Amino acid sequence: MSGTFVGMPAFPKAAHEAVGNPTLRGNLRHATHTIRAKREKAVAEVSDWAELREAGKRIKDRTLRRLDHYLVQLEESVVAAGGTVHWAADADEANEIVTQLVQMTGETEVVKVKSMATQEIGLNEALEAAGIRAYETDLAELIVQLGKDRPSHILVPAIHRNRGEIRDIFEREMSEWGRPAPEGLTDTPAELAEAARLHLREKFLRAKVGISGANFMVADTGTLVVVESEGNGRMCLTLPETLISVVGIEKIVPTWQDLEVFLQTLPRSSTAERMNPYTSTWTGTTDEDGPSTFHLVLLDNGRSDTLADEVGRQALRCIRCSACLNVCPVYERAGGHAYGSVYPGPIGAILSPQLRGTESEIDASLPYASSLCGACYEVCPVAIDIPEVLVHLRERVVQGGPVVREGNKVVLKPAKGHAAERAAMRAARWTFARPGVLRTGQRAASRTRRLHPRSLPGPGKAWSGTRDLPAVPAEPFRDWWQRTDGGRSEKGGSK
Amino acid sequence: MRVALFLTCVNDTLYPDTGRAVVKLLTRLGVDVDFPMSQTCCGQAHYNTGYRHEAEPLARHFSDVFRDYEAIVTPSGSCGAMVRELYPRMGERARAEGRGEGLAAALAPVVPKTYELTEFLVDVLGVTDVGAYYPHTVTYHPTCHGLRGLGLGDRPRRLLEAVKGLELKELPGADECCGFGGTFALKNSDVSAAMGADKVRNAESTGAEVLCAADNSCLMHIGGTMGRLESGMRPVHIAEILASTEEEPAV
Repeated sequence: MSGTFVGMPAFPKAAHEAVGNPTLRGNLRHATHTIRAKREKAVAEVSDWAELREAGKRIKDRTLRRLDHYLVQLEESVVAAGGTVHWAADADEANEIVTQLVQMTGETEVVKVKSMATQEIGLNEALEAAGIRAYETDLAELIVQLGKDRPSHILVPAIHRNRGEIRDIFEREMSEWGRPAPEGLTDTPAELAEAARLHLREKFLRAKVGISGANFMVADTGTLVVVESEGNGRMCLTLPETLISVVGIEKIVPTWQDLEVFLQTLPRSSTAERMNPYTSTWTGTTDEDGPSTFHLVLLDNGRSDTLADEVGRQALRCIRCSACLNVCPVYERAGGHAYGSVYPGPIGAILSPQLRGTESEIDASLPYASSLCGACYEVCPVAIDIPEVLVHLRERVVQGGPVVREGNKVVLKPAKGHAAERAAMRAARWTFARPGVLRTGQRAASRTRRLHPRSLPGPGKAWSGTRDLPAVPAEPFRDWWQRTDGGRSEKGGSK
Repeated sequence: MRVALFLTCVNDTLYPDTGRAVVKLLTRLGVDVDFPMSQTCCGQAHYNTGYRHEAEPLARHFSDVFRDYEAIVTPSGSCGAMVRELYPRMGERARAEGRGEGLAAALAPVVPKTYELTEFLVDVLGVTDVGAYYPHTVTYHPTCHGLRGLGLGDRPRRLLEAVKGLELKELPGADECCGFGGTFALKNSDVSAAMGADKVRNAESTGAEVLCAADNSCLMHIGGTMGRLESGMRPVHIAEILASTEEEPAV
């Protein structure tokens, strides 16, 4: 994944900063609650939502089961339509392919459609290293790029910024990249959008190379689909002479008919619109219309390994709608950057540790970045049981076990730093297997209750730093039950 | 009907009043309640923290203890969801790992007859007015595993609405998690505490005296936060409200 995220601290540490930042908390709360309410309304309008959700899940599962077949079919269709297909096993390979393709055109700048796959592989940085400048043309991506910032949301990557901050970024940075911001720019949305429009227009008209991702690829016809709101995508897909699309291999659907489901569920789940403003489709090349050269770079980068995992593979159904981010109480308070990946929020917490492995500090901490409240699963339009996968990945972190890495079966060792927890869990299991031992412990706690401190030292501070400890009762329930014969012999008799 | 009370290890150790309230309530409704003394823990904390293999013997023990009862009632949404949702999944995983049908078969008998308390009252006993009296203003927090795991829906509400003297206040952001999440409360204490503080502020905004829920684990976190924030509110388990009567009112 993107080099910009290397060396991220574990989630709790990164989240600590965010929780204490009132501006960020305010921005996120406002934005997530607004879009959350809108999505709920947009979904409630559809009488067969549950059926669409189930259909989307099944289409994705069926396609993933025969992914090898559909990928070959897609390649044949794209080639037959005049495109060229490249296969990239990982980020480095994909970056190398794209860099060479741009270099072959002799160009030193490209315009980009918002794309998660190119963010995931750190394409902009790789192009920069080769002397090629990539211009992001999605409004929010432009804000992130100009602000030398990192995206914090899949759909609205500048969600952590408010209007005032955006105005300042435009005024300060636009002149470095091209047309400067208009004099006296205010923070009204219309003025900010107009400034971005003018700034981007000259880049659309000048660019000879466009780079995109895709929301869907139709295996049957070799058609790629981009769903967007601003029209910048259509500019990038039609004006340049060369179009390069970098797409994760899981983005396939077998036929156009399958698109019907997702073109209903995606806009309502993501932007809460009945239909998004721009849906662009392209199939290879067409004489005298649009790009004359089309390259498709199919990206694996951990997807085949993820597909090998029976529980974890459902993460590959994801259509990147962000509904799970917008309802997540943890995302709302920790912000997107804490997840150390271009995929933040609940889906990021199950995607990143699968695509990248659980070895790094941040990736080993992501499966725990959830209270398992289940709000993400409830809104997911392809029914990814995110809590189930989170728990599965926790198991992988603490217990290790068999996984597939770069196509090879390996057995992971348990992660470091969980020794005390593991010992505690074993001790608890041992105690719970022996009701008598449990009772002895309960009684000891009850008898010493007047000695218990209100706050705990060491790791216990994690609780008592912000919460009072519960008072231990004079006797555990089981002693009361036995002493009073289930309440029958109690004075006043509760039986 | 032979009904077992599965109190949960947390309630047994820290919240015996909730257990006494369930006994009192069910007895009043004519149910013969037993508390099998060999019960311990359903294994939820182990499972959710990633120790599925440690949870398996606890699940087997649970099944051994409770399998012969006609119904198993628990005053905990999350422990109820553990048995109903996750025991079948543990069986499936064991099967997928080539360990045969043993675990699935051992756990199968207890899954369909385990009920969260409000489910048992409304669905099995068919009552919403349990004859309770509780002269306080109350706001209700539906806990995540009760709401989204078990799908308790409006059952707790209907029960509370029928309580004499009780004034129910709508909780803003009711369906948002309180931030407990088991070991999440410790592993991500900053985020957990921020969620807890927001829940308490929302509860305070209702002007209610009592925040009620059907799970003491969540109430331990919310109540602990209330204490620290010096909120005037109290956390109370729904069983204690439903057990309260004019003759024997809860305080």
